[in-house]
Amino acid sequence: MKMDARPPVLAVDRLSVEVGRRDVCRALDFTVQPGDTLVILGRNGAGKTTLLHTLAGLRDVLRGAVLLSGQPYAAWPRGHEACLRGLLAQSQPDFFSATVLETALVGRHPYLGRWDWEGPEDEAIALAALATMGLESFAERQVPTLSGGERQRLAIAALLVQQPRLYLLDEPLAHLDLHHEITVLDHFRDLAARGAGVVMVLHDINLAARYASHVLLLDGEGGHVIGPAAEVLTAERLSAAFGHPLRAVVDGNSTLFVPV
Amino acid sequence: MAHGHVAKLGATSSIRLVRRRAGLVLAGLVLATLAAFAWSLSAGSLPVSFDDLITALSGGEGGMEVDIIRGLRLPRAVAAFACGGLLALAGALMQVLLRNPLADPYVLGISGGAAVGALGAILAGAASGWIDAGAFIGALGATLLVFGLAHGDGSWTQTRLLLTGVIVAAGCGAAVALMLSLAPEGRVKGMLFWLMGDASGATRPWPALALLVVGLLLAMPFARELNLLARGEVTARSLGVRVGRLRGLVYGLGSLLTAIAVTTVGSVGFVGLIVPHLVRLLIGNDQRLLLPAATLAGGVLLCAADTAARTVVAPIQLPVGVLTALIGVPVFLFLLARHPR
Repeated sequence: MKMDARPPVLAVDRLSVEVGRRDVCRALDFTVQPGDTLVILGRNGAGKTTLLHTLAGLRDVLRGAVLLSGQPYAAWPRGHEACLRGLLAQSQPDFFSATVLETALVGRHPYLGRWDWEGPEDEAIALAALATMGLESFAERQVPTLSGGERQRLAIAALLVQQPRLYLLDEPLAHLDLHHEITVLDHFRDLAARGAGVVMVLHDINLAARYASHVLLLDGEGGHVIGPAAEVLTAERLSAAFGHPLRAVVDGNSTLFVPV
Repeated sequence: MAHGHVAKLGATSSIRLVRRRAGLVLAGLVLATLAAFAWSLSAGSLPVSFDDLITALSGGEGGMEVDIIRGLRLPRAVAAFACGGLLALAGALMQVLLRNPLADPYVLGISGGAAVGALGAILAGAASGWIDAGAFIGALGATLLVFGLAHGDGSWTQTRLLLTGVIVAAGCGAAVALMLSLAPEGRVKGMLFWLMGDASGATRPWPALALLVVGLLLAMPFARELNLLARGEVTARSLGVRVGRLRGLVYGLGSLLTAIAVTTVGSVGFVGLIVPHLVRLLIGNDQRLLLPAATLAGGVLLCAADTAARTVVAPIQLPVGVLTALIGVPVFLFLLARHPR
C-alpha cells in the first residue's frame, strides 16, 4: 500500500443508517482513497439514496462516523464541505426557467463570497464542463426546452463545475442513451485516475462490473457486502440481493451477468 | 475546436448581455419611479405647476397647492409605492420559499388574518388607528398560527406549509363573510374598500417605506442562496446553503413585509403575484437582479394604479385593488404570450 500523507477522500466507520424503522445498513466500514470508484447496488427501496445523502452530510449520523477528507462534516467551516464533495441528486422538476449556462454556474456557489458575482474564470469553468457533457452549443438555451437526457447531462456538468474531491452520484445514468452512459462513466474514471474519489448508485450490474473498483451490495434488510468489485460481484450474491436469479456469462476477459 | 470557440464567445457575451439588459431594466424602473411620483403628485382635481412640486418637495413655503401636495398627495403616493414594493418583494420571496409560481404574499393566510382583524375593528366602530392595529395583529396572528401548525413535528415541507396556509386563509374568509353579513349598512362600504385595498386613508406611509428599504437590504445578501433554494432543497444543501435558517429568514421577512403592506393599504391583490413574474419575463430568475427590480416595479405599479384610481372617474374614488387587477392581468397575459417558455 502506498503511503499517502493526505487522509482518505471519505472514511466511514461503523455507520448505521435507518429510514423510518427500517435498517439500510448496520456497522458499515469502508474508505474511499483517491482513485477509488465505489458502486452501490441494491434493489428499489433498499435505501441507496438515503445512504448517499448520509455520506454527503445531508442527514445526521446517529451511529458511527462519516469523515470527509479526515474530518466529520460538522468540523468543516460551514460551506467549505461543498468545495470537497459534490452530490448529483436524482433529478427534480424545475419550477422556474433558467438558461443552461446559469444552471451550470450554480456549481461555483461554494467558491464565491456573499457579494461576489460569477466572473470570466467561473464562466470558463462552466463552459468547459458543458463541453465535456456535449452541451457547448446549448449554453443559451432555456432548461425547460431540454430533453430528459440533456437535463441529466446538464446536472452532471453543474457537478463538474463544483470541482470537488469526492463525487457522490445518485443514478448518474438516468435518462442517458448508451453513448452518453459510457461518456459519463469514462469521464468519472478519468477524474478518479487524477485523484478524485467516486461513489455512485447504479442499476446496471454489468456497467458496475466494468467501472467499479469496489462494490457495496445492500440486501434491503440492513445487511451488506462490501469489497473489491471482482469479489463482491458473483451470480449467487447478486441473485440474493435483487431477489431474482442471475447467471454469469464469461466472455473473454469479462464476466456478464444476465437475468435468468 | 473552432465550433467550441464560437460557442464560448457567444455564451460569454450572452451572460454579459443578460446583466446589461438587467441594468437597463433597473435604470428604466428608476425613471419610471420618478415619472410615477411626478404624475401622482401633479394629478388631481387641483392642477399644480412644476414650481409648486419643487417648492413642496424642497420644503419651501407656498400656497394651497403646496399644502395639498405635501399633506395629501405625497403621503398617499409614498404609501402606494412602498406597499407595492413590499408586496412584490414579499411575493418574489414566497415564490422561492414555496417553489411555486402561483404563490403570492397572501397564500399563507396573512391577508386573511389581517382582514379579520381590520374588519373586526371596523365592525366595532373603532378609529382608523385601531383598524391598522387590528390588521397588523391579525396578520401576525395568522402567520404564527400557520407556522405553528405546519411545524407541529419539526419537519418542513412546502406542501404542508402551503396547505396549512390555504386552510387558514379559507377560515379567515369565512369569518370575513360572516362579519360582512352581520355588519350594519353604513359600515359595509368601508369594509369592502379595505378588502379590495385602498390607499386613501394612508396618512403615515414612512414606516412602510423604511421597512421596504430594510427588507430589501436584508434579503439581498441571501439572493444567490435563494437562487439555489429555488432549485430544490437537496441541491441547495449540497452546495452549502443553510436551508433551515434561510427558510426561517425568508418566511419571517416575507410575512412582516406583507403585514405592514396590508396594514397600510389593505389587501391589494395581484401585485405580489404578477409583478415578480413580469420582471422574471424581462430579466430572468436571478434573485440578485429580480428582488430589486420587482421591488421597484411593484412600487411603480401601485403608485400609478392609485393615482389612476383617484383621477380616472373623479370625484369618485375607486379601490386601488380593482385597478391593479385591471392593469396587471392584461399586461401579464401579453408578456406571457410574447415569451413562450
